[in-house]
Amino acid sequence: MKKWPLWIRLPLQVSAALWLLTAAWVLWDNWGRQASMPTTAETLSTRDTGPQQIERGQYLARAGNCIACHSVRGQPLMSGARAIDTPFGTVYSSNLTPDPETGLGRWSSQDFWVALQLGRTPSGRLLVPVFPYNHTRLISRSDSDALWQWLQSLPPAHQAQPTHTLRWPLGTQAALAVWRSLYFDASTQVEVTPRVPTPVQRGAYLVEALGHCAACHGQRDLLGGFPDVQDLSGAVMPAQGWYAPDLLSDAQTGLLSMETAQWLRRLQTGYHDRSVASGPMAEVVQHSLQYLSEDDAQAMLAYLQYRARQQPQPGIESAAAPRWSVLDIGQDIYKNQCAQCHGKQGQGLTQAYPALAGSLAVQQSDPTNLVLSILQGGYGPSTQQRLEPYGMPPFKMTLDDRQIAAVLSYVRSQWGNQAGEVTPLQVNRIRASTDH
Amino acid sequence: MLQTLFRQILPLLIALFCASKTMATPAASNSTTENMAERVRACTACHGEQGRAAPDGYYPRLAGKPAGYLYHQLLNFAEGRRRYGPMAQLVQPLSDAYLLRMAQHFASLDIPYPAPSREAPRISLQDLERGRQLAVHGDASRKLPSCTACHGTTLMGTEPHVPALLGLPLDYLTAQLGAWQTGERRAHTPDCMAAIVRRMTPGDIISVASWLSMQPVPATAHARTLQRGLVLDDSLRCGSAPELSPQPHKKDHP
Repeated sequence: MKKWPLWIRLPLQVSAALWLLTAAWVLWDNWGRQASMPTTAETLSTRDTGPQQIERGQYLARAGNCIACHSVRGQPLMSGARAIDTPFGTVYSSNLTPDPETGLGRWSSQDFWVALQLGRTPSGRLLVPVFPYNHTRLISRSDSDALWQWLQSLPPAHQAQPTHTLRWPLGTQAALAVWRSLYFDASTQVEVTPRVPTPVQRGAYLVEALGHCAACHGQRDLLGGFPDVQDLSGAVMPAQGWYAPDLLSDAQTGLLSMETAQWLRRLQTGYHDRSVASGPMAEVVQHSLQYLSEDDAQAMLAYLQYRARQQPQPGIESAAAPRWSVLDIGQDIYKNQCAQCHGKQGQGLTQAYPALAGSLAVQQSDPTNLVLSILQGGYGPSTQQRLEPYGMPPFKMTLDDRQIAAVLSYVRSQWGNQAGEVTPLQVNRIRASTDH
Repeated sequence: MLQTLFRQILPLLIALFCASKTMATPAASNSTTENMAERVRACTACHGEQGRAAPDGYYPRLAGKPAGYLYHQLLNFAEGRRRYGPMAQLVQPLSDAYLLRMAQHFASLDIPYPAPSREAPRISLQDLERGRQLAVHGDASRKLPSCTACHGTTLMGTEPHVPALLGLPLDYLTAQLGAWQTGERRAHTPDCMAAIVRRMTPGDIISVASWLSMQPVPATAHARTLQRGLVLDDSLRCGSAPELSPQPHKKDHP
């Protein structure tokens, strides 16, 4: 047989070799070196199954918001099977109760620790990265053990994890392995939390390890790569459509200019005088933040404020005032639909309806969350400190795009507010993205 | 004597003092009983003032329905057995306890019903008569119980879990029966309504819904006055209204 000329053979051979090398590296990266990685030995707390340890585990599970994704309302706690929408398909959470067939009944505390560290089950199956294991690998071994003891104390629930409906080949182990080699580095040393943490250090641990705030507030690329655990620079949540604000920008959150007490209240109840946690954040407050101890909530804020002080803080850019014709329409709608609760001067009603005047949430340059709030309305979360919150009706059936744009443009430019006009096209796009 | 008088007057004085305080600051009261009406504004925007149903003929009446029924519906939306985006988004962040209080609030409102639709029926008189037959007598040959068996002889519902069927718009009734047939609307298992509706033809649904929507609401009838029990046999159980069927195999029941 005649040999192909060298100029064809050589590139083919080189690229084949490169492919083989890459595949070998991906295999080694995911199942080779990580299996031989030294894992922290069991701590004393591993064998501690006392009520205090279990209670601590429950506290940590709440601080980590595990319950929101691993439970379905009306079903046994932590029995999983909650559908989580992603741009790549729907993923279902796993059953973490001690059921031997469908849950973690056959796992050990070491298996659980490895899953938190490496996103991998005892049998070597790679977990889909909706589970934020870039964050959970920062959780300390003693916290992992406490979480484990709490999970083991729950009544076992027989609930098989439904199959993910990810577009092929995304859910396959091969695709996950490649993805992990791109975005997940389990080899770097994790900084261990100091024994006597300062509030800022404790806050860093809560935000970066347990709380996994960057999972929503950090930016992902087109392949949904894990953001850096410290990235809090704000991002649109692709499947939900809500904008998770830049937590370190004072113009977006008021983290530095607002009283800390107001911000504490916002964490614990979802409310402060000029904004309400809505959408996915209401869920975080409901299942997680409301249970934080006063010290931990303060520590979280201290850390965020510390980070915010280290970066430049430009003020709110005042935009050009909306057109008069738009404001006229907006004013009419405001009078008829909004003023009853939010007040004629946008002053709100203490304890019930947030003020719109001076609200940073109202003046965000990206109006996505505002439009969603008008379309869907909503209640803030029921919390221990606020059992029966007030709510806003959905307007998606009663106001059209032009009307919503007009009333938002009005609200954003009155009573000292200085944000720009919202266009009907913007409203239309957001409405379309949520109609399914 | 003076002491007794003082004892009687003191609470009043305290109440007055508190009232003047609340009036002085424009803050919403956080002690709850008195302002449930304010707290359910997000509901009444669509369901009409006091939940008396909206004029557009779709959002159903809430006022005066049995609290158990309303509470179950709120849970059904929160837990995905009923699907309507705006409802689900509203109730998801709220606790079960709060949803129950909302249900009790609307159940306690006793306000008059509007007159039924005066529109001419969109179906033939024979079909309308068939609707009446099914609603009042059912069809034993197809194991279809009548509506009145569970929803009360006046069709105004029974405490604590079964809702009234009168005073509802035709569009709402057909949409709900259709949703039950396709599985879009579900109740707690075992889902007796789903079982019943699956035995009905589309023609049955239109006939029954049309007849129901044209009946006047009896002025005196009210769910609270009717108590029902054990109207269904062993083959049809209702997870959402367990009082309607015999308890499953409970021995030594006192």
